[in-house]
Amino acid sequence: MSDLVSINVDGVDIEVPAGTTVVDAAMRADIQIPVFCHHPKLEPVGMCRMCLVRIGMPVRDRATGELLKEPDGSVQYNWGRTLQTGCTVRVAPGMHVVTNSAEAKDARDDIIEFLLTSHPLDCPICDKGGECPLQNLTMAHGGGTSRFNFNDKLTNDKSVPLGELIYLDRERCIQCARCTRFQSEIADDPVIAFHNRGRHLEIVTMSDPGFDSYWSGNTTDICPVGALTTADFRFGARPWELTPAATLSPHDAAGENITVSTRREAKSGGRVVVKRIMPRQNEWVNEIWISDRTRFVHHFAEAADRLKMPLVRKNGQLTPTTWDEALTLVAEKLAATGEQAAGLAGDRLSNEDLFMFQKLFRKALNKNNNIDLANKRLAGGDVTADVGIASGSNLGDLGKGDTIVVIATDLHEEVPIWWLRVKQASERGARLIVLNVRETRLDKHASFVMHYAPGQAIAVAGNLLEHDEEVATAVRDADNLVIFYGYEGLSYDETDALARTLGNLLLETEHVGRPNNGLIAVWPRNNTQGVWDMAVHPGLTPGYRADRNPGLDANAIYAGAESGDITALYIVGADPVGDGLMPGRGALDFMVVQELFLTETAQLADVVLPAQSWLERDGTFTNGERRVQRYNPAIQKVGDSRPDWQILAQVIEKITEGSEKTPFAASLVFSKEIAKSVRAYKDMDYRTLGQVVEQFPKVGGDDLYYGGTSYANEAGIGQQWSASAESKKPKKPFDVPELDVTRPAGLVLLRVAALYTPGTLNQYSELLHARMAKPTVMLHYADADQLGIADGMSLVLRVNGTELPATASIQDGVPSGVALLRGFAWRKGLESAEIVKVQTPITA
Amino acid sequence: MILEILKGLGTTAKHLVRPPVTIQYPEVKRPVRYRFKGRHELKRYDNGLEKCIGCALCAAACPADAIFVEASENTDAQRYSPGERYASTYEINMLRCIFCGYCEDACPTEAIVLEHDYELSFVDRASAIYTKEMLIVPVPDSGTSTPQQVEAGSFDRAIPDMEDPK
Repeated sequence: MSDLVSINVDGVDIEVPAGTTVVDAAMRADIQIPVFCHHPKLEPVGMCRMCLVRIGMPVRDRATGELLKEPDGSVQYNWGRTLQTGCTVRVAPGMHVVTNSAEAKDARDDIIEFLLTSHPLDCPICDKGGECPLQNLTMAHGGGTSRFNFNDKLTNDKSVPLGELIYLDRERCIQCARCTRFQSEIADDPVIAFHNRGRHLEIVTMSDPGFDSYWSGNTTDICPVGALTTADFRFGARPWELTPAATLSPHDAAGENITVSTRREAKSGGRVVVKRIMPRQNEWVNEIWISDRTRFVHHFAEAADRLKMPLVRKNGQLTPTTWDEALTLVAEKLAATGEQAAGLAGDRLSNEDLFMFQKLFRKALNKNNNIDLANKRLAGGDVTADVGIASGSNLGDLGKGDTIVVIATDLHEEVPIWWLRVKQASERGARLIVLNVRETRLDKHASFVMHYAPGQAIAVAGNLLEHDEEVATAVRDADNLVIFYGYEGLSYDETDALARTLGNLLLETEHVGRPNNGLIAVWPRNNTQGVWDMAVHPGLTPGYRADRNPGLDANAIYAGAESGDITALYIVGADPVGDGLMPGRGALDFMVVQELFLTETAQLADVVLPAQSWLERDGTFTNGERRVQRYNPAIQKVGDSRPDWQILAQVIEKITEGSEKTPFAASLVFSKEIAKSVRAYKDMDYRTLGQVVEQFPKVGGDDLYYGGTSYANEAGIGQQWSASAESKKPKKPFDVPELDVTRPAGLVLLRVAALYTPGTLNQYSELLHARMAKPTVMLHYADADQLGIADGMSLVLRVNGTELPATASIQDGVPSGVALLRGFAWRKGLESAEIVKVQTPITA
Repeated sequence: MILEILKGLGTTAKHLVRPPVTIQYPEVKRPVRYRFKGRHELKRYDNGLEKCIGCALCAAACPADAIFVEASENTDAQRYSPGERYASTYEINMLRCIFCGYCEDACPTEAIVLEHDYELSFVDRASAIYTKEMLIVPVPDSGTSTPQQVEAGSFDRAIPDMEDPK
C-alpha cells in the first residue's frame, strides 16, 4: 500500500494515497469537482479547465522547515496567484483545496459559456442527450445566458463516419481528447488524433479501415458529449427510455460484465429489443471497458432464423410439434437406449445447463458417463482447479516485482480484455514473458519474447527456469506469478501436457495458493471452465472427483456414432458436424439437438429443441479466473424456446416418471443442486453472486461526467472460487504425459485466432461484416517462394473433402516453415489441410 | 310579495322572446377559444417537411405516458424532417391523454400543437391510438410530401436557427 497523504477539501479532512490528483481525492470524499477532459483511468492533461479550484499549501520557513503561523496562530497558507486545475495537481501533505468559492464557480460558469460558443445545442436529437456531462454541468454551472453571438457558431457537416462502427459529430466535440488519449494510452491503438487547431480542430482517423481498433466503442462511453456515437445505437432511443439489464459477455473466457439496454419497439412488432450494450463496472474483471465484439455481437439473439418451435422428424422431414410430444419422444428413446446413449455439450452453455446435462446422463440414465465437451481444444481444467489463479486475485493489482507469462495464445484476438489488463500490468512494471510460435500483439509490451518452433511449447515451458538466467530469475523470484496458456498450434493432448508442465512450474517456484498467483487457461469460450466444474467429462464427477467407471470421451463418441456402438446422441449447444468433428449421422438411431439455430448438426437430427439465448434467460458463467458470475434476462423469449436447463430437467422428469421434478428457476438449480454437488460452489447462491462492493472510480449515477457513461455495478461482482492449492498444497507435482510433439516434415499449418472470425454468431452483426477477418494464409517469403505462391494469390484449403477459399499473404512476422491460417472458423483437420493454388503467380 | 312574483315572471317573459342560447350540435358547432387544447396535430414546414424530429421530449414530458416515439435516421435521398433524425413511429393514446399541453411546451420545433378538434370517440381501445398518419397535417400547397429527395446539405439543422439569445 502506498503512503497516505492528508489533505483538506472544502473543510473536510481526507486521507488519500500519494500521487492521487486533487479531483480524484475529492471524489473519494464525495466532493465532486466537475471535469470534462479528466478521466480517472487516463493520465491528466488539464485541457478543459472545468476543474479550476483554489489550492493552498502551508508555508514553511525555508531555514528551519517549521510551519509559519498567521498572527492569530493558525497555519499560514500560500494560496497561489490563480486558480489551478484540480485534475493535474497531485496531492501533497497539508494541502487545502477550496472547490466551492465564488471565484471557482465564476470560473466554471465562464468555461461552460465558452464551451457552448461552439457547441450546436442540438440536444433533442443527440444520442447523448439525457446522459450528457455537458448537459448536466450546463444545468449545474452555466450562466443561463451567453454573451457570445449565436450566429458565430461554427457549423460543420453532421456525422462523419470514423469507420463503420463509430460516427463523429465535429460540432459537438469539446476537444477534451478523452477518445484520443484512450486509444493511445489504454488501447494502444493510436488510430485517431486531433487535426488542425483552435475552433477548426477535429478528430480524424489515420487507419484503414477507419478507427481500426477492437476498443473503439469505449470512446463513445467516455466521450463527455455526443460527438462520438456508435452506428449500432444511432437514434435508437433516448437514454431515459431504456431498461437496463445486467448481464455478461457471452463471447470470451474473461466474462466481461455488461449492461444491455432494451426497449419495447413498434418497428419490431412490439417486442422488447436490444438497443445497445455498454460496460458494467467490475474492477476485477473488465474495469469499465469492453471489446467491440462484446458490444456489437448481440444481433444473433434476435435473428429471424432462430428456432421457435420444437421439431420432430416425420417422414424424413423436420416438422414443428409441441413441447410435450418432443420431450416425451426424447425421454422414451433415451430411456430405451440406456448405456448406448451419449451426450455432447457446448461450452457456451451456463453452469445450470451443464449441470442438468450431466445429471440427465448420470442420474436419469443410470450412471451413464458417456458425456463430454463436443469441441475439445484446450485441456487443463483439472490443473486450474488445483493451481489456478487464487481467489481474491485481480490482474489490476499486478505491477512492479510481478511476472506474467503468456504462452501459446494471442490474447489480443482471443480475450481482448485480458490483453488490455496484461499490457497495463506490464506498463505498471510487471515483467511480461511472451512465448509463442509467432509474433503477437503482446510482444511489444514484453520484457522477454521467445518464438519457439511449432510443437515446442511444452519443452519451452518445462525449461523456462533453465533457458535464460534473466527469465529464470523473473519467474523464480517474482512476488507474484500469473501464467496464461492457450492452445495455439497445439493439440488437445499437448495442451494437457502444457497445463501440467506449467502447474509444476508454479508448484516448484511456490507461486500457488496466494492471491495474484496461479494459472489461467485462455479458454476458447465463455464457459469452458464451467464445463469442467460441472463435470461434463467422462471421467470426472462434479467437484473434480474421479469417476471409477469412466465413460466414452468425445472422440470415442464420434467413433461410436460412426460404428454403431452409440445409438442415441444428445447434443446441446454444439455443432460437431459444422466443426468437422462428425461426418454425419453415422449409425445413430436417434439424435437430439438442442440449439438456437438449425445448424448443420441440427439438420440431421430427429428432434430439434429450440433453446433460449443468453439474453432471454438467467444463469451463471464461470470465467477463466474461476469467477462465477450471474447474468439476468434482458429480452423476452423468442418463439416458444426454453432455457437449456429447463429442457434437460423436463427430459429428466419424464425419464424418472416425476421423481425428479423440474426446478422452478435457474437460481434453484444453482442453490439446490450445484451448490450441493460441486464443492467449490458450496458457499454460493444467486444472492451472494449478486453482492456488490464500492468500486473506484465511481461511475454511473449523478457523476457520469467523472467516469463516462458506464453503468455502475448493481447486480453483483461474482465470486472467485478457491483453487485447492489455497487450502492444501498438492502433495506431488502433476504427472506430465510423454508426447511425441514432432510435426510432419514440410510446412506446418497453424490456425491463429481473430476476434472477428466469420462464424455463427458474428455473421448476424451486419455492422461488423466489413471488419471480419478474411480467410488468409500467411506465409514467410522463403516458404512462399518455394511453393510458388505470390502475395494476394487465391488459394483453396482442402480439409477432409471440404474446400475453403483463402488468400495468400506474405508477411515479415511469419516464422519460416509455418503457414498461419487466420480468419477461419475452427474446424477439425484445418491444420492438416492441403493448400491448393487457384491461379498461377503472375511473374514479371 | 306580489311584486316579487311579477318580477320573476318578468324575467321568464323576457326570455320567452329572446333567441335561445342552445345550439344544434352536431349540425352547429360553437367555435372554441384560440388557446383551446384539443386533439394534437403534427405540423409541417411550408416546404412539406415534417417539423417533428423524433426527439421524444414530448413523450418524456407527458405526465400520462400517452406518447410513444421511435426515431430513425434521415438521409438526403429520403428526408422526412430537417436534421438527422425523424420520427418513424409516433403514437398518442387518446384514452391516456389528459390534454395538458406539456408536449407542446416540451417540443423544441413547435411540431406538436393541441388544435381545436375535440370530437374524439372510439369504439375500442386500439382505435384510441392515433398514429403518425392520423396526427400529421396534410402537405401544404407550397410543399411536397415526405419523404423528399433533397440536395445534400440543404437541411442539416434539426432545430431552426434561433435568434441571438438576449
